[in-house]
Amino acid sequence: MSGGAPILSVKNLRVHFPVTRGGLFGATRPLKAVDGVSFDMYAGETLGIVGESGSGKSTIGRAVLQLIKSTSGRVVWLGTDLAGKTRTQMKPYRRQMQIVFQDPLASLNPRMTAGDIIAEPLDTFEPGLPADARKRRVQEIMEKVGLLPQMINRYPHEFSGGQNQRIGIARAMILKPKLIVADEPVSSLDVSIRAQIINLLADLQKDSGVALMFISHDLAIVRHVSHRVLVLYLGKIMELAEAQALLSRSRHPYTQALVSAAPVPDPSIEAGKKRIVLQGDLPSPLNPPSGCVFRTRCPIAKPKCAKEIPALESRGGDASHVVACHFPS
Amino acid sequence: MAAVLSVKDLSVRFSTPEGAVSAVSGVSFDVEQGECVGIVGESGSGKSQTFMAVMGLLASNGRATGSAKFRGEELVGMKIDKLNKIRGSKMTMIFQDPMTSLTPHLKISRQLTEVLVLHKGMSERDARVKALEILDRVKIPDAKQRIDQYPHEFSGGMRQRVMIAMALICEPELLIADEPSTALDVTVQAQILELMQELSAQGNMSIIMITHDLGVVAGLCNRVMVMYAGEFCETGPVGDIFHDPQHPYARGLVSSIPRLDRVDEVRLQAIPGQPPNLQRLPKGCTFQERCEFVFDRCIAERPKLIGFAPERAKSCHLKGFDKVGAVIR
Repeated sequence: MSGGAPILSVKNLRVHFPVTRGGLFGATRPLKAVDGVSFDMYAGETLGIVGESGSGKSTIGRAVLQLIKSTSGRVVWLGTDLAGKTRTQMKPYRRQMQIVFQDPLASLNPRMTAGDIIAEPLDTFEPGLPADARKRRVQEIMEKVGLLPQMINRYPHEFSGGQNQRIGIARAMILKPKLIVADEPVSSLDVSIRAQIINLLADLQKDSGVALMFISHDLAIVRHVSHRVLVLYLGKIMELAEAQALLSRSRHPYTQALVSAAPVPDPSIEAGKKRIVLQGDLPSPLNPPSGCVFRTRCPIAKPKCAKEIPALESRGGDASHVVACHFPS
Repeated sequence: MAAVLSVKDLSVRFSTPEGAVSAVSGVSFDVEQGECVGIVGESGSGKSQTFMAVMGLLASNGRATGSAKFRGEELVGMKIDKLNKIRGSKMTMIFQDPMTSLTPHLKISRQLTEVLVLHKGMSERDARVKALEILDRVKIPDAKQRIDQYPHEFSGGMRQRVMIAMALICEPELLIADEPSTALDVTVQAQILELMQELSAQGNMSIIMITHDLGVVAGLCNRVMVMYAGEFCETGPVGDIFHDPQHPYARGLVSSIPRLDRVDEVRLQAIPGQPPNLQRLPKGCTFQERCEFVFDRCIAERPKLIGFAPERAKSCHLKGFDKVGAVIR
């Protein structure tokens, strides 16, 4: 899938939020939500971004879409740097990149019908569209995402969670974008509904060639849907590789811990599994550890890890498998 | 051996402005001493409400009927002050979100010792010694200092440990854990599950683990009960439920989750449709609309939970499924 030039190239992206130290006029210090992240995305590819809360995974998605201003770095979309573009300058790019949110009900206007919600991008970008063509386009996409076209006049509260997520996906897909950022799209759904939505996203991608940035905390789901997976910790990339390589030959101790921590629905495997249990919690991103940000919880940390920040490199392995660790396995 | 908890034909109904909702419809089961039982189901399946009824914690519009006996004593309809002698001491419950279950303006020490002073008549000093002991047992580092802190000074995982400590401090015979690790990050979830495993292995306490995550159950429980639309659809030893499920819904659940340990899977087996409306449950099987094996008897008659092998039961009119997964009618 990595044929040709990337459609998206993120270079050294930083998103720092100023946080006051307390007091009304107190000095501010930066919360480094995303701190020097670089990666490429190719047409038709699914890139999984996995990390725990506070790792910066959602911030990356929003910064790519310019919904959050980045502090520094570049977001190159089909050859154009989007960083620093104004709202008006961004508009032509918006129809090429869309987002699907975690909570389907909260991200749909309760006072609009499903049809109007799905048509909203059309109304913005193709305002002259005749009413019958608009309706046809909406019903076409509804069918594609598995909604009955006769439900066009219903309101979000009349749909189930899974159906509302289908509405959100239809809205994102109607302009035939080249990239969809899906931020935890199945986390709020029930187990039996999750598989439906995951399969739907895979079908839509096969059909349209849309690239998916799939953001989730669930490594099993990310591995299942993604071609490549990026592991984030405290705003930095720990490891980036083809999905299968990341799982079966993880090189970063954090990835290894994540893999072993994910419960496998099979009692005979769970019984014999050696689980790497990390001690403690994620450090505060306001006060990240020196050197490698993972070192405070790392089972193999050495003095060097406190002094030097490890670069993201292949370190003797496959060129497509990069890891930010001084002592990768 | 006498059961710790014996539930017979327990139902829970909520009266709402839109009519009555039957959340739990006549469930029966026993929990033996020292066993760890997993209750698996989606939201709305009645898995939590069954045990809220057992604990006498139903919302004010909820009503429990039937019987739930703790060591032979009937809990349904028991007077509050009598119930309070059992719950919180011999039978305790922990919840998903530890922050909402801890009192924010009281020190941890006070919240831990209160139960001992109240239930066991201990002196404050003895209670504090016991509280420190229990904080050590749930692996709170520097318990001596941390016991005098407030809940907000603890991280999410540490708060859940404090919750578990509170639940354990009176040495209960039965611990009911309702999604205790769901709100936590993956690596912290692994810590809590490891702790639960240790507690379960240690002794005489029975544990009921309520969860939507089959992976959590696989590593922890001896026995699993799968709930759907307020009833048990299949119950049995953990290995059988995962390797040879006999109810179509249980089969669907097991095969609809992406697994980290499998590389060959291309497409998830999604269960079509969505759970039924609890206000308008069908006359026959509650799973009929989503079941690919449905036949006339399923529509006419609600199947009962019937044993079909040692320790195994299911509520399904089909004979079952053979070793290769073919249906036997």
